Amino acid sequence: MEYLVRFSQSHETFRRPELEALAVIEGINLDVVSYSLNSPFCTIRLPSSAAATRLIRRSILIQSIHELWGAGTTLSAVHDQVRATTTHLWPLYLSCSFKFTLDSYQGSRPAADKIRIINSFAYLGFAGPIVMRLPDEEFVLFEDWPWNSTPLGLADPTRYFFGRFLAVGARDELPRKLDLKRRRYISTTSMDAELALVTANLALAAPGKLMYDPFVGTGSFPLACAQFGALTFGSDIDGRSMRGDGKRRTLKGNFEQYELLGGLGGMFTADLTNSPVRRGVLGDGGDGMRGRVFDGIICDPPYGVREGLRVLGVRDPEKSPWVIPKGKEMYKQADFIPPRKPYSFLAMLDDILQFAAQTLVDDGRLSFWMPTANDQDQEMSVPTHPYLEIVSVCTQVFNKCMLRHVVAGDGKLTRTGSRRLITYRRLPDAKVDQEAVKAWEGGTPKHEGKTADELNPFRKAYFNGFESPGAE
Amino acid sequence: MKLLTLNFLSCAVKTCKTSPLSFPLHPKDAELAKDDVEPNPDLLTNILPRLDWSALRTTAAELGFPDLPETAPSPEELVEGGKTVQDLHELLMETQIVEGKLVCGCCGHEYAVREGIANFLLPSHLV
Repeated sequence: MEYLVRFSQSHETFRRPELEALAVIEGINLDVVSYSLNSPFCTIRLPSSAAATRLIRRSILIQSIHELWGAGTTLSAVHDQVRATTTHLWPLYLSCSFKFTLDSYQGSRPAADKIRIINSFAYLGFAGPIVMRLPDEEFVLFEDWPWNSTPLGLADPTRYFFGRFLAVGARDELPRKLDLKRRRYISTTSMDAELALVTANLALAAPGKLMYDPFVGTGSFPLACAQFGALTFGSDIDGRSMRGDGKRRTLKGNFEQYELLGGLGGMFTADLTNSPVRRGVLGDGGDGMRGRVFDGIICDPPYGVREGLRVLGVRDPEKSPWVIPKGKEMYKQADFIPPRKPYSFLAMLDDILQFAAQTLVDDGRLSFWMPTANDQDQEMSVPTHPYLEIVSVCTQVFNKCMLRHVVAGDGKLTRTGSRRLITYRRLPDAKVDQEAVKAWEGGTPKHEGKTADELNPFRKAYFNGFESPGAE
Repeated sequence: MKLLTLNFLSCAVKTCKTSPLSFPLHPKDAELAKDDVEPNPDLLTNILPRLDWSALRTTAAELGFPDLPETAPSPEELVEGGKTVQDLHELLMETQIVEGKLVCGCCGHEYAVREGIANFLLPSHLV
């Protein structure tokens, strides 16, 4: 049977990947019949209504799901379809309490029109009491109006859908529960609750799974994964971010606040380029388990702008030759802080992909955030790895929070900032294209340089306002 | 840090990675804590194939936990429950290492654990 998914009209490019990830998590056969980025209405085919309820129970971007009784471009077409295909369902709701609602997207109608439209469904013959609060069944007529319909004075929407309400997603509950405003301990770059939960969905966090965040900070991603029942691990090059004030405002304190302590596996201070996590050997043809540990890796690596991008090492050993001997002398002291050097964002991306390929189990997922400038010159390509298959690329466009607008000569805003959430699947060794492996091994690019600007074209462009050469 | 984590971590020094002595790390002066965690057989079943069983036996013995059997239990045994499952749950899920050191058996480097967070950062001469 067909079902109507009522999405939220926000984070549009994340919606379908989330829906498809949920189908994988719940093991449900999903068939998308129609979907558009410009509409909150999506029709899908599912095996049963029970599956539909299960499918969206942890969705962050879906508002509700409905058994689809009829759809069409005019109201009479909807009535025709309801009469033609659903008469066998009508007797089921003959005596239960019920209500009808009208959900108009980008449009509205006078109350009298609404009642007239609802009454046009009288032929269904429901005889039970009409209850506005918590009825047994709710029937909804959705209207899809064109943009700006009220000022344009349009009389009718372009599409109608009619269906029986089944369930809501987790949209009203979970982002509110994990809201940063009410979290005890956050930092400047904590990921907002809604997107952290969506990321956890895309990475298939679920009960019994092991998830890892190598740039854990104050723990936004592990919290979201633990909320979905996963056991979470994390590390950060700066131990202070996890320790907080050592009392209530700590990463562990956040897990306590949400009563998720059972999902806190282990946190440690480490650098991804010198990670203590044991790794599998690429292409050993094993059962995909031994040596590889994690079901999912999710992270928001530092881009090198708001947060410096550093790894262990000395920036310029020739200029400061005393650093290494001094460290050798002092490293055993408890308050020793190892030197760090700037690092290239692109090299970091390669490291993350390689790490994921070596530590994810077969079909395990890597989801990470990276910046992208909308401008052609500055667009960073999606990094690839022969052992990782790209599942989805979602883009979040910022209006003004992260990047400066650049106003061109004609006064129009031409460039805005955005970032992407990229999700990969670890291919089983047997499915990896060996030709691609050879090409990849031969062509691993080097990202060299000493200063933060040399290493990081994105950082450089950011501070230069993304001006292309020759622009005014 | 749950003791389970120790089964996933080896020495961070690159030259140690190839040596079997660098895994598992050996706890020294370890202060342990025990949380009450709901038993979760599904989680154990999922984790079991990823555990390095002999490393786990070493860790359990070094910290004075009851001996684990020589071979890992099968998934069927896990579902049935029993003493091994209880021991495993207690060891992997409930026990936390709070303070102490983790020592590499290859290079002897000591990684400090403070407030349940181990520090794997290396001085420049080991990077």
